Amino acid sequence: MLKFLITVIRRDVLLAARRRGDWLTAQFFFVMVVSMFPLGIGPEPSMLRAIGPGVVWVAALLACLLSLGRLFAHDYRDGTLEQMLLSPYPNTLLALGKALAHWIINGIPLLVIAPVLGIQFNLPAEAVWILVLSLAIGTPILSLLGSIGAALTLGLRGGGLLITLLILPLYVPALIFGAGAVDGALSGTGSEAHLSLLAAFLVMSLLLAPWVSAMALKVSVE
Amino acid sequence: MTPSLLSTHDLACERGERLLFEDLGFELGKGEALLVRGGNGHGKTSLLRILCGLSVPAAGVVRWRDQSIIRAHEQYGREMAYIGHANGIKDDLTPVENLRLTAALGGRELDLATAMTALEHVGLSRCMDFPARVLSFGQRRRVALAGLMTAGALLWILDEPLTGLDVHGVAMVEQMIRDHVVAGGLAIMTTHQPLVLAGLTPKTLSVGG
Repeated sequence: MLKFLITVIRRDVLLAARRRGDWLTAQFFFVMVVSMFPLGIGPEPSMLRAIGPGVVWVAALLACLLSLGRLFAHDYRDGTLEQMLLSPYPNTLLALGKALAHWIINGIPLLVIAPVLGIQFNLPAEAVWILVLSLAIGTPILSLLGSIGAALTLGLRGGGLLITLLILPLYVPALIFGAGAVDGALSGTGSEAHLSLLAAFLVMSLLLAPWVSAMALKVSVE
Repeated sequence: MTPSLLSTHDLACERGERLLFEDLGFELGKGEALLVRGGNGHGKTSLLRILCGLSVPAAGVVRWRDQSIIRAHEQYGREMAYIGHANGIKDDLTPVENLRLTAALGGRELDLATAMTALEHVGLSRCMDFPARVLSFGQRRRVALAGLMTAGALLWILDEPLTGLDVHGVAMVEQMIRDHVVAGGLAIMTTHQPLVLAGLTPKTLSVGG
């Protein structure tokens, strides 16, 4: 079963590598959205520091939503999704593999770019580190919960907008705890509580999201 | 009477608000083939998708080796191969990569030599290293059929397997299915074109009015 999970992940990573354009678009989007804020709001350092964590987090959220539409859509259209649903392994494993692959392809690059953006917002080193840590725990949550939305809206018109409407409310706790952790580091009140809650949310997502996604996939494919 | 491996009875299917068919049933054992006939839109594809387990019937249960295919999902997945209207191959991968990936997802190892032999058998010896995107529809269909050959499945469920194939392709598919059934396999097919399995008399099932 582990081999199947790894095969699913490797498959998606290989396919993403063959379509680098799509992947680069999401990364550029993330950087550009974040960079718009200092330009629009003004370069005052203390204000940038105040809004920085929230802006980076919201941009990460939006970049994730942007790439979720593709999570199952290609496979659905060429028939490979139904073939994978017929494979001799539990469908929850397939859903988990797809979500993890999505995180590797779209989430991990955000972790690499975030420190640079953190510096752009004048965050001190300690806060930048907490920002990366909060994203490291939070971006898998975004991929896991997002896969539910992607599975539910498969084959429907207006899919991208629908995913956003469905999943954005689910993202709110991650946003609050993630950005809140960095605010805690900035104000000196500490980030452990926020990060612990975020980690608990991650565990819940790991347990529930693949199961819900798999059910949604079966309904969408029918 | 060969003992039946696949059986169903009182099967009913709804699409939207319409009842497509009901009280459908059959049994299929080793070395038997079933041809599903019916006009467009009468439920042939829906029936096949129910038999795979992709769709849930409005009534009735499909059994493989006396177990519901929903409960025996993993065993059924190992012993059944399905080709639907979509080819089930990735356009960004070459035919060889597609075959090996499909095998890996099914829990099997497929070495390069076997994959290439299968592709040569279906007439794709010159296209093995191009991404499937550049192949024609008929060629992509052949990749799917090569996958069928290497799947090692006992039951083949094929939805219009002759679509997009030229005369040689049709003959090849008929030969493939015939060899599979003669060797003890099971095959269920829908087709609008005449499908001749030399020396065999497949069962037939009519769906819809």
